Amino acid sequence: MNFPAELKYSKSHEWVRMDGEIAVVGISDFAQDALGDVVFINLPAEGDSVTAGESFGDVESVKAVSDIISPVSGTICAVNEALADAPETLNSDPYGAWIIKVEGIGGTEELLNAAAYEAHCAEEG
Amino acid sequence: MKLIFELGTEGRGLSLMPACDVPEYTLPEERTAPLRLPHVSENELTRHYTALCKRIHGVNDGFYPLGSCTMKYNPKIDEDMAALPGFTQLHPLQPVETAQGALEALHVLGSELGEIFGMDAVTFQPAAGAHGEFTGVLLIKAYHTDRGDTARTKIIVPDSAHGTNPATAAMCGYQVVNIPSGADGCVDLDALRAAVGPDTAGLMLTNPNTVGIFDKNILEITKIVHDAGGLCYYDGANLNAVMGVVRPGDMGFDCIHSNLHKTFATPHGGGGPGAGAVGCKDFLRKFMPGPLVVEKDGGLAFDYPEKSIGRVKLFYGNFDVCIKALTYVLTLGRAGIPEAAMNAVLNANYMRVKLAEKFTMAYDEICMHEFVMSLVDLHKETGVSALDLAKGMLDYGLHPPTMYFPLIVHEALMVEPCETESKETMDEVCDIYGRLFDLAYSDPDALHTAPHDTPVRRLDEVGAARNMILRYSFAQ
Repeated sequence: MNFPAELKYSKSHEWVRMDGEIAVVGISDFAQDALGDVVFINLPAEGDSVTAGESFGDVESVKAVSDIISPVSGTICAVNEALADAPETLNSDPYGAWIIKVEGIGGTEELLNAAAYEAHCAEEG
Repeated sequence: MKLIFELGTEGRGLSLMPACDVPEYTLPEERTAPLRLPHVSENELTRHYTALCKRIHGVNDGFYPLGSCTMKYNPKIDEDMAALPGFTQLHPLQPVETAQGALEALHVLGSELGEIFGMDAVTFQPAAGAHGEFTGVLLIKAYHTDRGDTARTKIIVPDSAHGTNPATAAMCGYQVVNIPSGADGCVDLDALRAAVGPDTAGLMLTNPNTVGIFDKNILEITKIVHDAGGLCYYDGANLNAVMGVVRPGDMGFDCIHSNLHKTFATPHGGGGPGAGAVGCKDFLRKFMPGPLVVEKDGGLAFDYPEKSIGRVKLFYGNFDVCIKALTYVLTLGRAGIPEAAMNAVLNANYMRVKLAEKFTMAYDEICMHEFVMSLVDLHKETGVSALDLAKGMLDYGLHPPTMYFPLIVHEALMVEPCETESKETMDEVCDIYGRLFDLAYSDPDALHTAPHDTPVRRLDEVGAARNMILRYSFAQ
């Protein structure tokens, strides 16, 4: 299981990378492993606003459909549309397969560093 | 295996179709192409369906413990009653005075189920569970709208709920508020208190809940929602555990759906169709879909409630399913209904305790009609997942339990044996589950590649989900 040190993580298993003023959001290696093979992703649209702690989309795996929770509040300035045709990228490259980019960050959820997140995952099993 | 359209040859037919007993009718000119019907002989037809039967697994084939689905045995007398010509030869548009027996069947079933639900009115229009949920939540919406209370925009759903609950709320135009479950899998009262308010339209809940535990705080839960001005919807998915023992209406619920194809023993899944009967308290009756059967002038008639949400299905729902459920209810009677529920609970606890020798239970306490095992430890130690173990069961001719549900339990297997399984069957099944558990340690690869002895091997589930083929392409 991979927990890159340069990222921040939410307890609901999303990762955030700050790119200047812009937050890049995806789902963690732990999340993709727990989900199993992803078959579909429901993406938001550019310009949608997101609220920290609330769902902005969902991923469907062979096991279940799960909400993707936004770790930050702000406005979506980019959506990784390529995931719609190749949702399996979330499994093969969870930290390369960003889902949305958010600008105008107004607030964030409680975010963990890599070590704290790894401990959180160990606790969840 | 060939599809029926790939069998036979042009012009071949059979004598199973009855002679035409109504005046001939000339089709509108717009229909220029002939219907694409199979051209097979009776022999080909019989062999085709027999071959299909051999490839499926139903309750008549073996153990089918699909958690939260109540795959109980479907008594054959129910089929006999539904096949009575007095029912099968009816036309849905014939005058009600010529169909009094059919109306009486619906009327009696409505009052029997009303008694079991603790509700005052019942409709049989919804064709399945999610359809029933949709109808029930529309009743809640109509109630608030009728009072001019338009600020109620949210439906509260616990995180252990069936996926259909939030989907239903969304379909009805509500925002879904998810509340977390407590460590015991029950509603977290503090989280519920924090979630309710003047924007609460209602709560959707099943009790016993999705992990098979009866929420002992149910009266407090429904009171919290009512005090906030919301209504309470009972998802009848787990009614089999409590039917005839405790009534959802007495728990404080205002409306309910119950799947006749689960709790009331009518065929389920591909054997359907289903029926998601919806019951409500008297104050919601005026919003019900019409028609409802009422007593009038010494007979029975159809009544269209004054502020009805409208029809949710043509005619009266899946009428034959209602006849099967009526037969079931009357056969079991006042004593048999609760006895069935208690035996369902007893069977689940028997298996739970027996399996706990090897498996980890997600909630280690007395359960209702189903229980959830978590294979997290097994997965960590052997690499064998709940999916792998479930696939291994197929080689023993067993239908696997529900997998990866509820979502709050990781590597979940949810087992619901039902009251109709014998001790011998359950002993044999527990033995097989135990052998598969041991196999995970001795030869995990055998489970990664299971099943080995079925007509088809491990299916490409990702491919099936991504590249769905939903219709047959006829050669032009």
